[in-house]
Parts: sequence; C-alpha cells; structure tokens
Amino acid sequence: MAASVPCVALRDVSLIYYGDDGREVHALEGVSLSIAQGEFVAIAGPSGCGKTTILKLVSGLMPATRGQVLIDGAPVCGPQKNVGMAFQNPTLLPWRSALENVLLPLEVVEPHRRQFRHKRREYEARAHELLRLVGLDGFAHKPPYQLSGGMQQRVSLCRALIHEPEILLLDEPFAALDAFTREELWGVLQSLWQARRCTVILVTHDLREAVFLATTVYVMSKRPGRLVHATHVDLPRPRTAEHMFEPRFNDYVHDIYTRIGEVRA
Amino acid sequence: MRPASPLRRILPPIVAVALFFLAWEVGCLVLGVDEFILPRPSVAVAAYFQWQAAIWPNALQTLFTTLVGLALAIVTGTLIGALIGYSALLYDALYPLLIAFNSIPKAALVPVFVIWFGIGTLPAILIAFLISFFPIAVNVATGIATVEPELRDVLRSLGASKFDLFIKVGFPRAMPYFFASLKVAVTLAFVGSVVAELGASNRGIGNMMVIASSRFDVPLVFAGLIVVALMGIALYAAFALLERRIVNWAYR
Ligand SMILES: Nc1ncnc2c1ncn2[C@@H]1O[C@H](COP(=O)(O)OP(=O)(O)OP(=O)(O)O)[C@@H](O)[C@H]1O
Ligand SMILES: [Mg+2]
Repeated sequence: MAASVPCVALRDVSLIYYGDDGREVHALEGVSLSIAQGEFVAIAGPSGCGKTTILKLVSGLMPATRGQVLIDGAPVCGPQKNVGMAFQNPTLLPWRSALENVLLPLEVVEPHRRQFRHKRREYEARAHELLRLVGLDGFAHKPPYQLSGGMQQRVSLCRALIHEPEILLLDEPFAALDAFTREELWGVLQSLWQARRCTVILVTHDLREAVFLATTVYVMSKRPGRLVHATHVDLPRPRTAEHMFEPRFNDYVHDIYTRIGEVRA
Repeated sequence: MRPASPLRRILPPIVAVALFFLAWEVGCLVLGVDEFILPRPSVAVAAYFQWQAAIWPNALQTLFTTLVGLALAIVTGTLIGALIGYSALLYDALYPLLIAFNSIPKAALVPVFVIWFGIGTLPAILIAFLISFFPIAVNVATGIATVEPELRDVLRSLGASKFDLFIKVGFPRAMPYFFASLKVAVTLAFVGSVVAELGASNRGIGNMMVIASSRFDVPLVFAGLIVVALMGIALYAAFALLERRIVNWAYR
C-alpha cells in the first residue's frame, strides 16, 4: 500500500438525519479529514456537533448523505470489519465472563467466525494476552458485575481490539470514570496503541485527555458540525503523568480550550 | 455482603402463612361465623383428610391440565415473543391481534370450547394455555427488542446479521424476562384450568368444588381451594429455583 494513501479519509462529507417528525437535522456539513495509518486522532467539540456521527460513518454503520468516506482509499459501503469500537458505556454481556466478552467479536466477524471452534485455544490465548496488557490478568473468568467500572471499560477496550482491527473508534470511553482511573487508562490506551500501531479516532470532551493521547486534535464547530481547527501535538512518547505538568502540555490544552471557546460563542 | 442464611429466607414466609391461618381461625371463632359461610381452616383441613382419597386424583388432574397448558404456553409464547421481538414488522402486525385475544375473558370461552370439544380435559388445557401465554410472549419480546444500541453497533459494525444479534445477545438477554413471566404464567395457568373445570369437566379440583358446593359441603370447597393454592406455591417455587440456577447473572 502506498504511504500516501490515508488510512481514513473524509471528503466533503455531509450528513442529514431525518427525525421521526420528518424534520431534517444537519449533523455534519462539508467535513474533510485525512488520517494517516497509525495516527492517533482526537476530536473535541460542543455537545451535539456530530462527533459520534463521524464515528458511525467511518464504521460504515450508515452512509454519508453527501461526500465520500474512504478507508485505505476504498469507499466505505456497509459495515467495516476492520474497525473496533468502544463507548462510554462498556456494554458487556452480563452472562459472559470477561474472557468470553472479549472473545465475542471473533464469534461474529469473518474469517474468525468460521475457525472459532477449532482455534478456540489460540483465540483464548490472544484474549488472555490483551487482558494482561490492560492489567486484568486474574480477572478473565469473573462476570462483569464483579468488576469495577474502570475494569469493565478495560474489558470493553480488549473486546474492541481482539480481532486486531486496523482502526479503533472510541466514543468518550473514559467519560464515566473517576479522574484517577481515567488517567490510568490513558496510559493503558497509549501502550495498547503503541503495541498495535492501529489508527485511533477518539471522541472526547476532556482536552487534557486529547492532548495526552493524540497526535492530532481536531476541534469541531456547533451543529452542523465542521472541522474548524487542527492542532498537531508534538510531545514525546510515551507520555506520562509528569508531562501533564509541563508548560508545553498546558499550552496545548489552553490553545485548544480557546478554540472551543470561540466555536461555542 | 454475606448471603442471607437459609433460616432467614425460609422462616418469614412460614410465619406469615401460620399467622394468616391463625387469624382466619380465631376470627371465625370470635365472630361466630357459620361453617356454611366461611369454614375455619381447621374444618377445611379436617374435610381434606376426610376426602383425601377423592381429592388427590382430582388435584393431579388439575395439575396435569395446568402443566400441559403451561408447556404449550411456554413453547408458543417464546416463539411468538421471539418473532415479534426480532422483527419490528411482525411486532406491528401481530401486537393488536395479541392484545385483542388477551382482552377476551377466558371464562367466556369455556362454553365455546365445550361446543367444539365436549366436556373433558381438552377445554381445561386450552384455557390454561390461553390465559398464560400472553405474559410470556410479551416479556420475551421486550427482552429481545431492548438490546442496547451501542452493543448493536459494536456487533453490526463487525458484520453481524440480525440473526447473530438475536442468538448472541437478544435471546440470552430475554431469559430473565422469560422467567419473570413464567412465575406469573404458572399461577394464571392454575386459574385457567380450575375455571374451565368448574363448567366443562367431569374431573379436576374445579369439578370437585362444583359438586361439593351443590351438596353445600363448603368445608370441602375450601379444602379444594387450599390444595390449588399449595400446588401454585410449589410450582412457583420450582420455577424460582430454576430461574436462580439458569439466570443467576441477573441477580447480583
Ligand atoms: N438517529 C438520529 N436521528 C435524528 N437526529 C439525530 C440522530 N442521531 C443524532 N442526531 C442529531 O445529530 C446531531 C449530532 O449527533 P451526534 O450524536 O453525532 O453528536 P455528538 O457530537 O456525538 O454529541 P455528544 O457530544 O453529546 O455525544 C445531534 O444534534 C443529534 O440530535
Ligand atoms: Mg456522542
């Protein structure tokens, strides 16, 4: 694959929702975006500006009204099997153990689905390895209700990664967690990303989270959503809690904060 | 948290039942209620022992019709619930029909069934089935139709079909709803078969009660009522136990 082909590209994408009462909601208006393979992108913006909508377009859950969504240069039509998703709510299946929850995508997505029965050992080893990476070894056989919110979210991250997707889509995955757990999981996510080198799109309301994790932070306007600003975060990796107290880090946060203030005004 | 001790779980209902019968007994004695109006529980129990040999075959007959009716209700209810939970089109199409059927007083169907099938076991089974299948269908449908949208998105983005979602998420998710409805359905099924036996059978507790009341043997009528109630409790407990074992994840 040529290096010049972006992993994810949105070309002048607009999206209109048709509400139950037939009214049109212009969620996105002329969004263009290009994300390189292995890049970590964060998207911030006011509530209701269309951030979740962008993720749904990239995952192929719905088509754009106008414009083009491309993955590896090919137009997206229909569900994309090479994406993994995680949300604010971990949505684990309560009747399955942590391990079985992580395995769920492999029971569904091809080609793993066909091989699931006779490759189960191998897949379980893979799931155990992921659980270990997020610090959950020893919890593989626990049901979700015996895990804390932060632990459930770690399982949800593993579930998003088990089929080794090329693209990871995260919709405010840490928004419901307390500050300590959240910052701990930033570190976890960063190391997962560095280990996997997948492309990540992270939607967040937390600007420190965006600056800590992302290579590029995009700011969106109010609805109809447009991308109004991009900040390239040039901080060394792996970033640690210490970095958050450096002036450079706070300059980035402050700058993006100001941009969002302009957007909301 | 420590689980409650067995004694803590078993004792309160026993005490409550004992107090209930005690109040009934004492109330009748103090107020001097005629046995012909409301027999004391001790009189009803005495009637039970006197007529034991006649009560048991009838009780078993009622239990049989109830269980067969309930089994039919479980099969059809789960099937219809799964169908209308699975497909919004079928839901829209069938729901009004289901409501209409459920609104019909089942007792009013007894004479119709007698015309169709004659006096006997079949009308009782059918009434028990009709009265108990609706809650099962509605609960199963609800469990299946209310899958979290995020979870649906996660699986759909992986190329999961609607059927995959149903098998992996919808159906297991509906199990607690199913068992909740089962506990309602089993008591309703008893109501159904006894009501049918009152007018359309020559066997069963319902039939026995009709005969007893025509002889003004009110204590025997009450003995029959108590037997039905005890069977209801036994089945309810059996299903509650099954529920705890199968969907223990729903109780944390
Ligand atoms: N299914 C839908 N039907 C109609 N309108 C919708 C639908 N989904 C979203 N919208 C509207 O589209 C706009 C963008 O929605 P979206 O969920 O992408 O926002 P968001 O940026 O993720 O917001 P938040 O930060 O609150 O999560 C919102 O104004 C929302 O009301
Ligand atoms: Mg959102």
